[in-house]
Amino acid sequence: MSVTLNALLKSPWVFHLSTGSCNNCDIEVLDCLTPRFDIERFGMLLAGSIKHADVLLVTGSCNRQSAERLKRLYDQVPKPCLVVAIGECSQSRGMFIHSYNCPKPLDAIIPVDVYIPGCPPKPEAIIAGVVNLIQKVKGAA
Amino acid sequence: MTYLMYIGYLVVFGVAVTAVIGLLASWIDRKVTARVQYRVGPPLLQPVIDLVKLLGKETLIPSGASRTMFLAAPLIGFASVIAVSTILWTNSLSGGRSFLGDLVVVVYLLAVPSMSIILGGFASGNPLASVGASREMKLVMAYELPFVLACLVPVILSGYTLKLGDIVGYQTQHGAIALSGGGALALIVCILCMQAKLALVPFDAPEAETEICGGVLIEYSGPVLALYRLMKTMLLFVLPFFIIIVFMGGLRLDGIHLVLFVLKYVGLVALITVIRNTNPRLRIDQAMRFFWGPMTVVAVIAVGLALMGW
Repeated sequence: MSVTLNALLKSPWVFHLSTGSCNNCDIEVLDCLTPRFDIERFGMLLAGSIKHADVLLVTGSCNRQSAERLKRLYDQVPKPCLVVAIGECSQSRGMFIHSYNCPKPLDAIIPVDVYIPGCPPKPEAIIAGVVNLIQKVKGAA
Repeated sequence: MTYLMYIGYLVVFGVAVTAVIGLLASWIDRKVTARVQYRVGPPLLQPVIDLVKLLGKETLIPSGASRTMFLAAPLIGFASVIAVSTILWTNSLSGGRSFLGDLVVVVYLLAVPSMSIILGGFASGNPLASVGASREMKLVMAYELPFVLACLVPVILSGYTLKLGDIVGYQTQHGAIALSGGGALALIVCILCMQAKLALVPFDAPEAETEICGGVLIEYSGPVLALYRLMKTMLLFVLPFFIIIVFMGGLRLDGIHLVLFVLKYVGLVALITVIRNTNPRLRIDQAMRFFWGPMTVVAVIAVGLALMGW
């Protein structure tokens, strides 16, 4: 495994993107930064700009409006980057599965590296999911 | 031979030692911030890991950007920080190498990193970056006046000399300039100007993450962003070093003075961190009013006291 990829796993800056969620998952993501969980221990920081990000955290059910923006944002992340789908909506569209406004699940729009289920997932689940992601990348390289 | 010696100073002290101390200081800054907030904080090597990671990422250049300026701006800032740190180190390690007016050169070069950030922000063609760059420009105009006035105080007190070596020499004989009335006031002004030069809270309006998403650096990614971060990290060493040289007796390598130097430096970094963690962000007009109002008045009083020899 290359040095830079190893460094990426030790300092993944996350960009947090809501594609029309109910904000519950977003609050749980912010919980990870609070003193109780403190993901800065693992070098994770919340990036203000998509150009600084290494990990794209996507929440929400990808409605017609936000799907285009999602694609554009994905093109703007400097590669290599990883995508994490957080919450039920971003995986199966949850209760919006039959909605006219949510035609496709997230992983049919951009490639997803790890799924964190839950409605909303607990901060512990999010941290466990990110640990899984790191192990997956390490195993693949 | 002297050229070789200067190149040695440039590479070893100007770049390597400054970068290592700066990275260590930025770790102290993040760790103390975390402890203030009852968090654990990042591991010791985190600033290095961040830089290595950025070196492996793509550099994206926005289609609306002016390509040459966008890539050259961080280099200009980085080069000026290296130049300042080389001048300061050369002065401290071999006192006879001070040249006439090097204080003026240092004050000028310390303004260049802000200029490079302004250039980079405008060159990236992003509206938020332009807002950030224009705020940075106002901030530079605001703090340069009290900063230059405060830097006049040591010049006056040490008998109207513009050589850093002479200022340090005066302090070795008569005690640190910060111990005199005018010097103490000027030191306070300089510390607050340093906070603004580093663009840290409360003067971080140019890169306010919550309102303009990182401001001037919004379009930078990969190695170019790493260069900007390294520049800021090195400034975290260079600016306190400058203040120690001018106000607090400088760097002396004999015995207890080296320990004192380390203590002064750690104290200044801790002060920066505490100011940054206990203050809300000022709006840019409030910051300008603060520097042109109270700070300039205090700096003028300090110059007056210095002229009277206090």
